[in-house]
Amino acid sequence: MTKLLKPGVYFMEGNIACAEAALIAGCRFYVGYPITPSSEIMHHMARRMPEVGGVFIQMEDEIGSIMAALGASAAGVKSMTATSGPGLSLMQESIGLAAMLELPVVIVDVQRAGPSTGIPTLMGQGDVMQCRWGSHGDYEVVAYLPSNPQEFFDMTIEAFNIAEQLRIPAFVLADKVVGQMYGKVRVPDYSEVKITERTKPDIPPDKFREFLPYDSKYLVPPFAAAGDGYRIHMTGLMHDERGYPNLTKEASWKLVTRLVRKVRENAKKIAKWDEINVDDSKIIVIAYGSVSGSAKKAIKIAREKGIKVGLFRPRIVWPFPTWRIEELDSKNYIDTFVVVEVNMGQIYHIVKGYVKNAKVIHISHAPGYLPEPEYILSQIEKIYKR
Amino acid sequence: METSNTKTFEEESVATYKKIELPPIYKDIEPLLRIERFPTIWCPACGLGLLLKTFAKAIVKSKIPPEKHVVVSGIGCTGRIAGYIRVDGYHVTHGRAIPFATGIKLAKPELEVSVISGDGDIVSIGGNHFIHAARRNIDLNVIVINNFIYGMTGGQLGSTTPKGAKTMTSPYGNLEEPFNLPLLAHACGASFIARWTVFHDTQLLDAILRAFEIKGFSVIEVLSPCAIFAERNNMKMLELIKILRTKTKVDHNAPLEELTISPDKPIILGNFVERREKPSFDKLVFDIIKRVGGE
Repeated sequence: MTKLLKPGVYFMEGNIACAEAALIAGCRFYVGYPITPSSEIMHHMARRMPEVGGVFIQMEDEIGSIMAALGASAAGVKSMTATSGPGLSLMQESIGLAAMLELPVVIVDVQRAGPSTGIPTLMGQGDVMQCRWGSHGDYEVVAYLPSNPQEFFDMTIEAFNIAEQLRIPAFVLADKVVGQMYGKVRVPDYSEVKITERTKPDIPPDKFREFLPYDSKYLVPPFAAAGDGYRIHMTGLMHDERGYPNLTKEASWKLVTRLVRKVRENAKKIAKWDEINVDDSKIIVIAYGSVSGSAKKAIKIAREKGIKVGLFRPRIVWPFPTWRIEELDSKNYIDTFVVVEVNMGQIYHIVKGYVKNAKVIHISHAPGYLPEPEYILSQIEKIYKR
Repeated sequence: METSNTKTFEEESVATYKKIELPPIYKDIEPLLRIERFPTIWCPACGLGLLLKTFAKAIVKSKIPPEKHVVVSGIGCTGRIAGYIRVDGYHVTHGRAIPFATGIKLAKPELEVSVISGDGDIVSIGGNHFIHAARRNIDLNVIVINNFIYGMTGGQLGSTTPKGAKTMTSPYGNLEEPFNLPLLAHACGASFIARWTVFHDTQLLDAILRAFEIKGFSVIEVLSPCAIFAERNNMKMLELIKILRTKTKVDHNAPLEELTISPDKPIILGNFVERREKPSFDKLVFDIIKRVGGE
């Protein structure tokens, strides 16, 4: 433990905070491919990983990166990769494999402006839907939305914990602003840091023939790693409880429902959000990630001007706290939800899908550019006057 | 992405399942096979069963306990091997078996990790991973089954289809040059390079054992008859089997440039390259960890 960052207060870059948090969470396998604006994570890991006895490797592309991370996870080692939008697009098929094989992995996406190569050096929020729906078929993920280096640190540890607990791919959706922002990061005493490990089989390895790697009596089956002696089979094909390919209706039904139930049944325990002034506001601004900082400032000024406006800020985008949106919508004093995001409307559609009474307005912004508080304020004022 | 058309067959095998008894000569490898999954999805006369047998025999002879062996496969007929062999077996996405195996090997270097997959999987869609893994010289045993065609998806042209051969996507004959796999592997820096057919089981067994032993990237190209390839080229399956058994020539010292497979010359087999002095990538990674004082 001595080689981990010592508890204390630091002034550091978001990407570095993420890397150090991963080491504290127990990550001992980092694999990546260079991409702006996430590369600082990889640079830091290249130097730090051997110091804590872990493995660092730079792969030939992002597909290789995510697959090597999954291989390491299959061997029982906590692994991660970091990338940005174009890299995440390349990883999608393998993210489906992670969901299907139920291999825990953490994917950090330091978002930049898209589509395509877009603006590599400027921020974006265009990957929130990609990370949820990017791979084909049905699966669920958990994705965090840090808005500053401290949160990037804390949420990276949480992402490892939830990935291990539910055996799912977990995402940290930062963006260029958060990744390259310098800020205060408090590293807590290790005794305060909760670390989760995947559960091991309760059957000894010599009874490996009795072990069912996908035993459906569990929501999250115990995990046997390569080399543990259970001689398991894992396949991306639809499989039964033995892990053997099985294309029947029964097997398909049983497996895929369990894959989504892992997150859906725990959604209320997983979801996290912040609320400001939701008890008396006419307008609720919904903003996340680095944009929530601008939104907070805008709301503060608006309140000073007597405009009744509040903030709803998801700290985790998936699972999205739709039930809380419904509760807020049922309050008569709220007449408008304003979704501010640096894309042409992604979370807007989720909010719109759950709001029945109030209006839902989208404030989009040019990918690459963080909306300034003044911009958000002017939009709020316009809506308020209506 | 290849799609599997094995649905009805799988269902049939579940329906007609009964315990299959192996002949006594296979008793030694029986604990290494997931007999409960037999019959396999492979066509009658397919060479993959022979490979499965030879690979299982190699595990027995390797003196490495089965729980220390790992097999990773991609998609395709050959990809199913990971599910028929009773060691830790991973059947992953198309073309990505090598990076997945790379992750396992670096996470647990004490494991003997083999990648067994088809030519389409390893050198077409997965070609980039293949060349880079060879360049790194990571200690993996890569067994590339070359059946000259995409069999599972119905017989399309692949990067190993001989020039002129007919496939569903080259009905007028293949216009492309096939890969010369031993030459490619050599150029990329592999430590051990061999080519055999599934019928040369003694030599193949020996090559697999060498691959286990060599700490570095090993490539064994294994030629295997495919009923789909035979049919698309108006051949009897037996003719194809005959070609692989008799129109082959063993020459361990053959110049690598001359190993391209073409219908008008004998197919050269052998253990072509063995470079034991090169340290493997995984060793270098752990040397660094030791040097910088990691636990």
